[in-house]
Amino acid sequence: MNQKAQGLQVTHAGVLSLLQDAGRFGAFSLGLTNGGPADSHAFYWANRLCGNELNTAAIEINLGGLSLIAQVDCLIAVTGAPMPLSINGRPQSLWCSFFVKAGDNITLGYASQGVRAYLAIAGGFDVKPSFGSVSTVCRESVGGLKGEKLQENDILPCHALSDLSQNRAKAKQLLLAENDQPKYTNEITLHTMLSYQQKHFSSTEKRMFFSGEYEVSTRWDRMGYRLTGRAIKADIEGILSEGICYGAVQVPADGQPIVLLNDRQTIGGYPKVGAVISQDCAKLSQLRQGGKVRFEPISMSQADNMFHLNLARFNQTSLKAY
Amino acid sequence: MNINANIRLEVAGENALILYFDAKEQLSNINPGVDFTEGSSEATSTIKPEVKPEINSEINPEISATVHLAKQLIIQHLSADIVDLIPSYASILVVFNLLEIDHHHLRNKLKRVLKDCEYQPASSGKLIELPVYYSLESGIDLAKIAQKANLTIAQVIALHQATEYQVYAIGFAPGFAYLGEVDSKIAMPRLSTPRLKVPKGAVAIADRQTAVYPAESPGGWHLIGLCPVEMFSPSSEPVMPVEVGDKVKFSAINKQEFIALGGALPTSPIA
Repeated sequence: MNQKAQGLQVTHAGVLSLLQDAGRFGAFSLGLTNGGPADSHAFYWANRLCGNELNTAAIEINLGGLSLIAQVDCLIAVTGAPMPLSINGRPQSLWCSFFVKAGDNITLGYASQGVRAYLAIAGGFDVKPSFGSVSTVCRESVGGLKGEKLQENDILPCHALSDLSQNRAKAKQLLLAENDQPKYTNEITLHTMLSYQQKHFSSTEKRMFFSGEYEVSTRWDRMGYRLTGRAIKADIEGILSEGICYGAVQVPADGQPIVLLNDRQTIGGYPKVGAVISQDCAKLSQLRQGGKVRFEPISMSQADNMFHLNLARFNQTSLKAY
Repeated sequence: MNINANIRLEVAGENALILYFDAKEQLSNINPGVDFTEGSSEATSTIKPEVKPEINSEINPEISATVHLAKQLIIQHLSADIVDLIPSYASILVVFNLLEIDHHHLRNKLKRVLKDCEYQPASSGKLIELPVYYSLESGIDLAKIAQKANLTIAQVIALHQATEYQVYAIGFAPGFAYLGEVDSKIAMPRLSTPRLKVPKGAVAIADRQTAVYPAESPGGWHLIGLCPVEMFSPSSEPVMPVEVGDKVKFSAINKQEFIALGGALPTSPIA
């Protein structure tokens, strides 16, 4: 502890770069939200490529602009939105893990499509969790190195590959085949369960909600995505404040739906018409202003099937050594 | 699905169910309507017209006590299946682990664990006094509330201090305690579009609820003053000055006292 920590040093922090593990669970009683990777699918792939446990902390790079200097030899992988990646100025592919030497410069440009990329490192970062997680929630000043986004000169402590129990001989450069990589588009379908106060939206309002096209407004972030489109109305203005789950679709009095994501408030009093399934929330988080979404109704049992199918597909997809 | 005479269960999300608690005599008036929650193979069948239940908008210390008994029962018996719980005024959001249990199975378990969870007498916690700098400078919506209530600003401030509030829920943001109930004369609906920035320490009203914003955040409540007390400090023990079940009383302080207690006025104007 007395020795100066070694790891990845931030030379440019980018727009919004955040340490995230799978999220903070079990702290709702203090009013703490989940945080965690906005696109958990890309996050989990980054960890698998590095041979990590899926819950291992990685960097979520929002929009781009992050540069790092490696102070140790390590194995890293970048997944998610296609940000141009280079090592010492040489272009490097995403969706694969690769060795980096001490002194190497890791630079991410800006994504032309999609919003968030994930940089994972074999063995993970050595950061003390707060309330059980290192996930950064800026609004709460909780998680990360000091409760905030990465700053220039921050050092993300990590171990040299040779110090890891999974020694260098075992660490392999892996890649995810191009066919298995997600494509980031500007138009997505959000599978949505009717739930919560759905009975306070008339069948006409619900039909409009499920038949209309919505557009991502200027207000989108890790907390939620405000959409614009046909306004839908509940027959109540507010409710007794109650717990809000990931993906809940809140409808304030202006009738424009808000899909609530990782950094959402845990409790709120606006009526909610339903909830988007987690895998589609991850896709939504890769949209930016002007992105188009449609809602499609599904039952809870269908949602359950989709969750397990998606998980099985993830587990069955294998990585290739290269 | 009804669990017993005063608890019913509904869908919230992919891995979340929500328990709603009603006063005993009210539930019998509720038509259960169509149960959307069981797996209907035709997803579109969920858009059929149906009878809607009465919304239970009553804030009530007995319901609150029942919620907390239910929370304890769930923690005691179902912690292996549960990721986390959000208890509130008259509900508990139950977030479960989809790798451990499915919603059918969990419904049955919740029914078994909660079927004897009866309406509880109100419980009483400790009383905490929170100082507030009420003014037009620190409470941008005071004039609007006074005008709507046909009261003077001083009367609005006095009414807000006249009640001992119960801590009904904690959430929305770390340390954000929902207090009730505000005198109906100064109750205010939420803003139709929430403000993007409410300052740290803001004391606010929404419907008959009041609260102190523990940190700067977006919010749709009407602002009446600023409180200098830290409502959430991760390094302190306890992390928060209040917990669910406590009572809170507000007392007016002036600007000098507010500053002396460590309060700070927001640096940018509130829109």
